[in-house]
Amino acid sequence: MAKRIDVSGLSAYYGGFRAIDDISMNIEPRTVTAFIGPSGCGKSTFLRTLNRMHEVTPGGRVEGKVLLDDENLYGPGVDPVSVRRTVGMVFQRPNPFPTMSVYDNVAAGLKLNGVKKKSDLDTIVEKSLRGANLWNEVKDRLNKPGSGLSGGQQQRLCIARAIAVEPQVLLMDEPCSALDPISTLAIEDLIGELKERFTIVIVTHNMQQAARVSDRTAFFNLSAVGQPGKLIEIDDTERIFSNPSVQATEDYISGRFG
Amino acid sequence: MSHAVADKRSAPAVPQRALAQRRLPKWAPAGMAAGAIALAVGIGIGAGLDSKLQWGLIAVLLFVLGTYTIATAVEGRRQAKDRVATSVVWASFILAALPLYSLIQTTVSKGVKILDGAFLSHSMNGVLTIGEGGGVYHAIIGTLEQVGIATAIAAPIGMLTAVYLVEYGKGRLALAVTFFVDVMTGIPSIVAGLFILSTWNLLLGFGPSGFAGAMALAILMMPVVVRSTEEMLKLVPNELREASLALGVPKWRTIVKVVIPTAIGGITTGVMLAVARIAGESAPIALLVFGNNLINNDPFNGPQASLPFYIFQQYQNGNDASYDRAWAAALVLIAFVMILNLMARGIARWKAPKTGR
Amino acid sequence: MAITTQNPTPPTAAKHAGANVTRPGDKIFSGLSRGSGILLLVVMASIAIFLTIRAINAISKDHGNFLTTFEWNANANPPVFGIAVLAYGTIVSSIIAMAIAVPIAVGIALFISHYAPRRLASPLSYIVDLLAAVPSIIYGLWGALFLVPHLTGLNMWLDEYLGWTVVFEKEDPQGAARSIFTVGILLAIMILPIITNVSREVFRQVPRMHEEAALALGATRWETIRMSVLPFARSGIISASMLGLGRALGETMAVATVLSAAPILSVHVLDPVGGTFSQNIVAKFGEANEFGRDALIASGLVLFVITLLVNGAARAIIAKRKEYSGANA
Ligand SMILES: Nc1ncnc2c1ncn2[C@@H]1O[C@H](COP(=O)(O)OP(=O)(O)OP(=O)(O)O)[C@@H](O)[C@H]1O
Ligand SMILES: [Mg+2]
Repeated sequence: MAKRIDVSGLSAYYGGFRAIDDISMNIEPRTVTAFIGPSGCGKSTFLRTLNRMHEVTPGGRVEGKVLLDDENLYGPGVDPVSVRRTVGMVFQRPNPFPTMSVYDNVAAGLKLNGVKKKSDLDTIVEKSLRGANLWNEVKDRLNKPGSGLSGGQQQRLCIARAIAVEPQVLLMDEPCSALDPISTLAIEDLIGELKERFTIVIVTHNMQQAARVSDRTAFFNLSAVGQPGKLIEIDDTERIFSNPSVQATEDYISGRFG
Repeated sequence: MSHAVADKRSAPAVPQRALAQRRLPKWAPAGMAAGAIALAVGIGIGAGLDSKLQWGLIAVLLFVLGTYTIATAVEGRRQAKDRVATSVVWASFILAALPLYSLIQTTVSKGVKILDGAFLSHSMNGVLTIGEGGGVYHAIIGTLEQVGIATAIAAPIGMLTAVYLVEYGKGRLALAVTFFVDVMTGIPSIVAGLFILSTWNLLLGFGPSGFAGAMALAILMMPVVVRSTEEMLKLVPNELREASLALGVPKWRTIVKVVIPTAIGGITTGVMLAVARIAGESAPIALLVFGNNLINNDPFNGPQASLPFYIFQQYQNGNDASYDRAWAAALVLIAFVMILNLMARGIARWKAPKTGR
Repeated sequence: MAITTQNPTPPTAAKHAGANVTRPGDKIFSGLSRGSGILLLVVMASIAIFLTIRAINAISKDHGNFLTTFEWNANANPPVFGIAVLAYGTIVSSIIAMAIAVPIAVGIALFISHYAPRRLASPLSYIVDLLAAVPSIIYGLWGALFLVPHLTGLNMWLDEYLGWTVVFEKEDPQGAARSIFTVGILLAIMILPIITNVSREVFRQVPRMHEEAALALGATRWETIRMSVLPFARSGIISASMLGLGRALGETMAVATVLSAAPILSVHVLDPVGGTFSQNIVAKFGEANEFGRDALIASGLVLFVITLLVNGAARAIIAKRKEYSGANA
């Protein structure tokens, strides 16, 4: 199911601007890796290179390698559509398809991938909604518009939609930043459950959240505005938060930053 | 692994998809387009089809079908559909570009034939309909006067109405005005002409004149001015109004001295676009102004010429010399409308609020 | 422009602020602007009233059935005239125009918003903007002198291969293509820019996050458009089409130049017969006596009502869309 990720020498550009520079790291299967760092240091950009979403932004360009169990996402003949199907993504702002019902939102990816039988769809939709801890809240309103749910429910709907197609990796870009503390807690719990099945990478500005949910933490930084962001260090979350090997990391975590 | 097995028992598996997929080479669309065109030309010559239009249609059809079959075979159905969508979108663009290009190209190439200083400075006085010579001077005068009067009527009323809607309007009256401005936007120009005909001409007994046409044009212009002015006034930040009111400036002076100057660029653009639009109207002119071969400088008395209606009349003469005049006048009219448009957009860009993205 | 995202009610505070103090200047100015609004209403109302009065006068003296008579002999004694051919021609030519223009316009709009190389996109939309401003008489001139001769081949082809459908049967296959069908094509070309413009604006407003949602699920570009773009834009496309339809229904000169009118109601769209409301008004106006003008006004009123209905439908759809997109903004 879950796969490991090996990134080496990865740089990403927006037109002529290099947003991140020469990043290398390994991510083990069935772990949660948190990305932290100041705003603008390229966390989102890096995350989006892991499922080739970066190149859909106009001018987006990537150099370097991302291996998913030894297969390079940027290798010749690799279809970005397959990559995104294999590496799921949850966005900062919940973005259910506004014109689709709760059910259709979850089924959207399945239909793309050739699951046609109604009974199969029903089973997987229920399983995914249960997996996202949302089933009990929406089971009576499956045919209502997905945009009618609360923000936290919408975000879990988006998670259900992403896990329905059984990706190998799940990327989450600040999934809780638009949510209240209770919804945030629900999603953090969910992440803990999902890591049994998926490799999870999560971007967060919330140190406590990183400490709570992640096994490993990567700290990104940039030397100055307009300079590319860099990976400063990646290590076990406990070590990063107790005894980081780089001074900048300690400064950032303890709030003594800039 | 045990999880994967458990998953399989509880739910049907979603088909996974290998990262690497067989893809058509980058040049495939271009290659297939070339092939389709070559084949279409072959079929066209072979079957003796003489219309290039048919060749084009066959080529497009071959291209879309060929893309679909080849892509299905190599890349699968989903990619094939994607490619077909891409080619259909490209094809519709090209399909539409051809007539529109032809329209402009024909007008320019035929229009320049007799377009010169003499054409611009002479009327049709004493010119035989089948003879050469003559010009559009009288029509330009007519159009300028009619459009000028129409603007003089419609611009103030339209702008004031917009001010009313944005700054004062509330309640039923404002709702009604908003609604009827919308309704008015959709009035066919011929209906505006019929209205002036039924009142000004038939009821009040006036004869044809440039002014009658100008009133019909004003009716067409007003809703456009209201809408664009309204949009611009709404963009003026409320803080500006409050700041001025807080200084004790009366409301009407706030509007005149603060709100309107802030939005004046956009308002001008809207008015100019509206002017460009009515300058090309000929249907009301046919009913109310009648056209004239001679110069009539007085918009309030007697039939007057107008550029768009002149084109129509020359076309109706139905001979080559008249057609030449029609094309030349068409070029003059297009140039006039385009210059107005470009200026309007220029002003919009130049005066655009710097706060935008 | 960011117009649509702007909250349309900023001036309310100002309204209240100025409400309790009244100065003469304020009175005059607000009276003026209010008067303009009222004037607009008066104009609209009188259009409806005067056209109706004239129309009733004409219709009551019609010795034919106004709705079902084919010919238009309003000058004759007794007058016999009806709108059957005109209504039919207007509606059929507009349907043909819509059938051609809407899919192509949506295609071009998608091309500009999603497919064209980025450097091409903004000049293209600029050009489409300008094309929307080309006066209709010029489309008419081009249609009559260029399009008509170039459609002869297509007409012959349609007659030969699709003649069995009856619709495409043509009495004189070699004859000039001055038919309702050609009018439909010309109208399609005319309304392409406006439909394209509005649709493109709607496509541009589709939030990126909806498209990214589809992409991130592993959708191809077309699947993304089907899942995210088209559903979001559907009502916008419909109202764009309605605006185009309104133009097509009311178009006068482009029809008058191209169509060879005759008071025959024929399902053969390629035959050079038929007519439309506005074409008939311009064609018959010169010879019309005072009563004949009233009769033409009556037909104009019918056209007015039809376009009102179409535009009203478009507005209703736009209004609904506003509510809808506001709900999940
Ligand atoms: N679409 C874009 N076009 C151009 N530059 C961009 C674009 N998106 C991001 N950037 C730039 O790339 C750099 C990295 O941005 P990114 O969004 O990856 O930062 P981030 O670490 O996710 O920040 P945050 O914590 O605020 O989300 C920034 O300098 C940003 O300005
Ligand atoms: Mg970010």
